[in-house]
Amino acid sequence: MRPRLFALTLFALLLAACAPAAQDGPDTLTVMTHDSFAVSEAVVTAFEQQHNAEVVFLKVGDAGSATNQAVLAAGAPLADVFYGVDNTFLSRALEGDIFEPYDSPVLAEIPDHFKLDPHNGALPVDYGDVCLNYDIAYFEENNLEPPASLEDLLKPEYAGLLVVQNPASSSPGLAFLLTTIGHFGEEGYLDFWRGLVANDLRVVSDWDTAFYTEFSRWGGGRPIVVSYASSPPVDLIFAEEPLERPVTAALVADDTCFRQIEFVGILRGTQQRALAEAWVDFMLSPTFQEDLPLQMFVFPVNPNAQLADVFVDFLEVPQQPILVSPEAIAAHREAWVAAWTDAVLR
Amino acid sequence: MDAAVKPPRKALLALLWLLPLVFLALFYFYPLGSILTLSLQRGGGLGQAVAAVLGSPAQRSVLGFTFWQATLSTLLTLAVGLPAAWLLARYQLRGKSLLRALSGIPFVLPTLVVAAAFDALLGPRGWVNQAAMSLFQLPAPPLQFVNTFGAILVAHVFYNATIVLRLVGDFWGRLNPRIEQAARSLGAAPWQVFLRISLPLLAPALAAAALLVFIFNFTSFGVVLVLGGPRFATLETEIYYQTTALFNLPVAAVLALLQLLCTLALTALYTRLSARLSRPLELASTRAAPRRLGAGGRLLAGLYLAVLVAFFLSPLLGLGLRSISRLTPERGQTQVQGGGLTLDYYRSLGEDPRDNIFFATPSQAIQTSLLYAGGTILVSLAVGLPAAWLLATRQQDLGSRLLDPLLMLPLGTSAVTLGLGFIVALNRPPLDLRTSPLLVPLAHSLVALPFVVRSLTPALRSIRPRLRQAAAMLGADPGQVLRHVDLPLVGRALLVSALFAFAVSVGEFGASALIARPEYPTIPVLIFRLLGQPGAQTYGQAMALSTLLMLFTGVGMLLIERLRIADVGEF
Repeated sequence: MRPRLFALTLFALLLAACAPAAQDGPDTLTVMTHDSFAVSEAVVTAFEQQHNAEVVFLKVGDAGSATNQAVLAAGAPLADVFYGVDNTFLSRALEGDIFEPYDSPVLAEIPDHFKLDPHNGALPVDYGDVCLNYDIAYFEENNLEPPASLEDLLKPEYAGLLVVQNPASSSPGLAFLLTTIGHFGEEGYLDFWRGLVANDLRVVSDWDTAFYTEFSRWGGGRPIVVSYASSPPVDLIFAEEPLERPVTAALVADDTCFRQIEFVGILRGTQQRALAEAWVDFMLSPTFQEDLPLQMFVFPVNPNAQLADVFVDFLEVPQQPILVSPEAIAAHREAWVAAWTDAVLR
Repeated sequence: MDAAVKPPRKALLALLWLLPLVFLALFYFYPLGSILTLSLQRGGGLGQAVAAVLGSPAQRSVLGFTFWQATLSTLLTLAVGLPAAWLLARYQLRGKSLLRALSGIPFVLPTLVVAAAFDALLGPRGWVNQAAMSLFQLPAPPLQFVNTFGAILVAHVFYNATIVLRLVGDFWGRLNPRIEQAARSLGAAPWQVFLRISLPLLAPALAAAALLVFIFNFTSFGVVLVLGGPRFATLETEIYYQTTALFNLPVAAVLALLQLLCTLALTALYTRLSARLSRPLELASTRAAPRRLGAGGRLLAGLYLAVLVAFFLSPLLGLGLRSISRLTPERGQTQVQGGGLTLDYYRSLGEDPRDNIFFATPSQAIQTSLLYAGGTILVSLAVGLPAAWLLATRQQDLGSRLLDPLLMLPLGTSAVTLGLGFIVALNRPPLDLRTSPLLVPLAHSLVALPFVVRSLTPALRSIRPRLRQAAAMLGADPGQVLRHVDLPLVGRALLVSALFAFAVSVGEFGASALIARPEYPTIPVLIFRLLGQPGAQTYGQAMALSTLLMLFTGVGMLLIERLRIADVGEF
């Protein structure tokens, strides 16, 4: 029986190596979030030292999957705090009754238009705008003006230039569909999309494919892509050679962008209510808020947070983004996407 | 023989039964049952949800397309893989182990990487399109590959050909060639030998490979989503959409059940067939002296193998090349690769200018991946070996006739559904595994088990019962029979199954992303993170890391091939 004994021993060793160490000492705060979450180590350490606590992060899939998991575990939560539900999934979280209301004192500093939950179960942390991006060089070389509105995209000179994502599988794709619904209304958006299809629209499944395969900035054939207002400055930061100015730009005209707002909330049933409150306050405070743009390419809702120079210089923020209420999104998402699929893909 | 059962033997037998059954019950049936029950409770119950699915033409066409693409992909995979399996098994050829190792690499790569590899080769700015554009002075890329039905088929063959190559090739190689030679000398033509002798003898391995490939294609997710594009939907992508985007859990549950029923039906069919097809054979424990081909045959074989090597190698090479090419195009030039060569992306992989708390270097990620893979090998062998032994030796028992399809079920189960099941079921003591890293090898083992059992069972089954009986007669207890008769004869199959377990674990993305602690990402998780943000630097890094994963698995595969040549049948 020696081989089996050997295997058992190895397995036991593995078990021991993997098992979390027994914890005593500082309190542990568990923060559940989505795949894209990132934060500076120094920022977290500052919180841990101030509150004699240890913060453990759990990443549980994309924003939709994370929200689902929180709803399924409602009342017996996996974590103390959940960060990352956005306005397209907010209704699901609120209907699932996953948050304990918390009137954070920092909320006073935050503009009201970000606050979408009147009970303050979900508190706004950051926002990002989904806008059309274009390749500046392409338009310069072809002596073409970049589009200035959504209607422009139907003109013959923009035929074959646009790539978008499928709203069924992509979060920016859904945001752009919502933009068109907010802009043209429920009666008009399908006609607009049929016009886009007639103008040689290209649809792909996800942001990666649209941005890195199809967008002409990266050698693809399409100089207009659905991405974020933050993409041009972020592209500058992560360029290979230092660039003086962005080589792409975002179209931020009124009613052409969709604003995604992300929320944090204390999960109902937490054993760490006090520490969870401190963490929520911390996420809304300038220390954390100023860390957001360079880590996640989203922007602070707290106006007291300072932006890094690259964003001050090159970020264009739409003055009048499209707003569609979370309730309307929750009620109509399936029908809107199904109608879109019939009009565009079939 | 079995009438004279002694007490210790009974206890051992019970233990052998318990291991796979308890494993499946705890980590498969319990979570799956929990999520399905919960889902159906949220709607108006099973009946209403079934009516909603079956009444919808869109859902019916999804089901139809799922079957259609899986059937076509499986036939293509067999057509590509079988000649290679035959050549590798029967003839002495140079570069054999290289081809085997090469074909195994795609199996390990996450879909994102395979998509990037095909994009580097066949995408709008891929090497093929660039070459065509500059050769024929074309203004636009002539070849449209990404987001076509063809892309789905090609990617499925690319992924799964190795299953045919390995399962069938391995079995074929150990068939005693003397049977075929005897037929030849009795006057049978080569095709008669193939149809009447080889094919029937191969049938169990062939059916096993075809079934595995079909189930993989049937539940395909990433390939359909990323390479197929928005116009194609399989049951699995639809389950993902219904679950994540719509939170329509009842419909998702019915779709998952539908997928499961199809797998179950196929597996039951396979079990019936294979019990009828398989016969005890004397398998050569080492590769029987392979023959040499004639000149004409050598030319044909060489041509075929060259095409096959090119098929596996070119996307991988395209990816490798891209990882060392500067991405930023010069002004006024759309050719991305115009920027020259660089190793910057590799160098910067270890740097973390943003002080991200979740940052991990590639070597840390490789360590994490290795740890999970090691755990997966241990768990899947510990559970799979007893299961395979039961399947092989107690073929007639009702229990083992049921066990076989049961073990196959996890492969045909929606990963999205099962993932949610883990979360709703395994979150309370004593089974509070929700945040435990142990959950990753456990989840990976569910996927690896069918492969482990498929590689081991035919080998164990082919051991002639008389050999065991003789050992038992001479006083060996079942443990001794297992250790001294069965194990030495299946050493090779054991290695193959460990290899499959390793491959499944290293390439797996979904469970690792869902369950793993963010501080300890695996390589695929790290690649996914890099691909999610704009910037030449990050894209280049993703390509570099994908190339590293590719090299790492390629070297691993080659090493194991070397081991096989040295033949370690004795452990």
